[in-house]
Amino acid sequence: MSQDKSEARARHWVKTRNLTYVVLVLWFIFSFVVHWFAKGLNEMNFMGFPLGYYMAAQGSLIVFVVIIFVQNWLQDRIDDECGFGEN
Amino acid sequence: MKGGFIDNLPKIYGMYTGGFLLFVGLMAILEQFGVDADTIGILFVAFTIFIYAAIGWLSRTMQVDAYYVAGREVPPVFNGMATAADWMSGASFVAMAGGIYFGGHGYLAFVVGWTGGYILVNALMAPYLRKFGCYTVPDFIGTRYGGNFARLAAVVVLVVASFTYVTAQINATGTIAARALQIPFEVGVWFGLLGILLCSMLGGMRAVTWTQVAQYIVLIIAYVVPVIWMSNAQGFGAIPHFSYGDALHRIAELEPMLGVGTPAAEKIAGVSVLTNLHNAPGEGMAAWKFVTLVACMMCGTASLPHILMRYFTTPTVRAARKSVSWSLMFIFLLYFTAPALATLTKLQLLDPNLATSIIGRSIEEVNALAWIQKWGSVGMVAISDSNGDGLLQINEFFLRPDIIVLATPEIAGLPYVVSGLVAAGGMAAAMSTADGLLLAIANALSHDLYYKIIDPKADTRHRLIVARVLLIGIGAAGAAVASLKLTGILGAVAWAFCFACSGLFFPLVLGVWWKRANRAGALAGMICGFGAGSLYLYWTYTTGQTWMGIDHLRFGIIGMPVSLVAMVVVSLLTPAPDAEIQAMVDETRDPSGGTVLDATH
Repeated sequence: MSQDKSEARARHWVKTRNLTYVVLVLWFIFSFVVHWFAKGLNEMNFMGFPLGYYMAAQGSLIVFVVIIFVQNWLQDRIDDECGFGEN
Repeated sequence: MKGGFIDNLPKIYGMYTGGFLLFVGLMAILEQFGVDADTIGILFVAFTIFIYAAIGWLSRTMQVDAYYVAGREVPPVFNGMATAADWMSGASFVAMAGGIYFGGHGYLAFVVGWTGGYILVNALMAPYLRKFGCYTVPDFIGTRYGGNFARLAAVVVLVVASFTYVTAQINATGTIAARALQIPFEVGVWFGLLGILLCSMLGGMRAVTWTQVAQYIVLIIAYVVPVIWMSNAQGFGAIPHFSYGDALHRIAELEPMLGVGTPAAEKIAGVSVLTNLHNAPGEGMAAWKFVTLVACMMCGTASLPHILMRYFTTPTVRAARKSVSWSLMFIFLLYFTAPALATLTKLQLLDPNLATSIIGRSIEEVNALAWIQKWGSVGMVAISDSNGDGLLQINEFFLRPDIIVLATPEIAGLPYVVSGLVAAGGMAAAMSTADGLLLAIANALSHDLYYKIIDPKADTRHRLIVARVLLIGIGAAGAAVASLKLTGILGAVAWAFCFACSGLFFPLVLGVWWKRANRAGALAGMICGFGAGSLYLYWTYTTGQTWMGIDHLRFGIIGMPVSLVAMVVVSLLTPAPDAEIQAMVDETRDPSGGTVLDATH
């Protein structure tokens, strides 16, 4: 394998890894942290819902969908930038 | 039609959806002409199964890559739909809303866990496994770590997890077939299996893919229609998802008035009364139970082979990622509807201002209701005037949680055609998951155990025949176990997730993310994690005791940390993998270029 290719791979992997870390932190917050405080959040209202219930029934789910589409959009950009975009 | 099958997919499935809606319309007209509910139910189930079987027949194949990975040509949106159907089982379709109805906030952990798990699938697994180019999940373990022993350990975990899961699905198909076709449960189970095998046997992954897309369309229509209908009747608008907050407040207002929380004065087998408040999340132990269940379901999602193998079928790595996002989108549509359904159905029964409410009415009046009689006759609903005052109290109304979704159209007084539609949807959900699971097991046994370990010289024809014989054998074993009715649907499903995450989660993740992980470590991770989880399950299930509130639904919380520690410690104590393996990991992380394994491996 050429020097260029392995350097490109290293750069690509660092970027991919950092993106993945950010995604996992967000994932952790909306999977666990928010629901740990469900009781307190229920005191607040959001669109007519008690917030703690809303987050478990809908809020977290919507965040997950957004995260996954945005992550894939960013990952595609990383791939293209490093010359690993496939066709 | 011009172009190939793949080019015409939107047109084909568009026509299919139109045809299905036409069929629903035809049934509605038949109902107007006085055709009875039973006939409509039979027509719905029989017609849809016939369609799936026809797709299965048209997709028959004798090619290895078509059989194992659908020829790697499934476009992302369609793979998303197929994964959604593969994923949403009898438990999601039939049991989840019922769980929320009875368990309240605590059961929303399933909703969160079964969606957020896809973040892990997307971030940690799917694109890399697709790049790797394996046919099965043990194929990845066996090649990355090397050696038949690692491959075999992965096969064992896969078989245990998937088999636990598949019995629950065959149980669900049996339950629905029995009700819709008016046959005994034991016969219904075998009938359900026949339908499942018709979809998968001749065409393997290719047939399963195209039937699952068809099944997704049926199940999502069947789930959403009754909710929208009910919501309109209750004045929450056409899309209740964003406006049923008032229903929650109304339930919270009614609960103390009706005395929700009073235990039943007597016990009736198989049914229970509503005692949990609808929206009462706790702190401390309750919050801990919530997050541990979420964790097990998420990591289980990311380790269940029948889901991961769906992403082997896309043309490229990028398409694999895209199809994970579409999968989550399609799953989300059902999962954010489930709590709405549970809430609106509860309001139907509880709110004295609604014509459909039963609590507080006279026992005589309630017993005269058609749906109470129908479900009561099969022992799934029971009314008992414990305090003898002639009025129905909340703790005198017994219900089996699994029937909420199936009975909702009748509870809300919707036409029979909606009940028939829901039965067809439940059947689609259970069949599609059972298909994927049976195929995952049979493929692991035929590819990894038979071809890779026992007889590496076997020719293609031979391999595919073995795969089909195994499919029938495992299906029959699953149906035999299901007909014994050992566990409930939701319980068995949670076990499958815990088995999978205990044994496979870290060996799979670290296989990509940690170059230093080696064969000895992976073996230790699989054996110790799976062993510890299983032993804990045995202990807690037989003694009824729990440690830190970890019950049999979340034993993955024991298995996973054991697996991680064992894998890291043993890997570090033994030599690093050789340069060839390390290069293989680098290759896996690079989305461009061909697969790591060649196509005819």
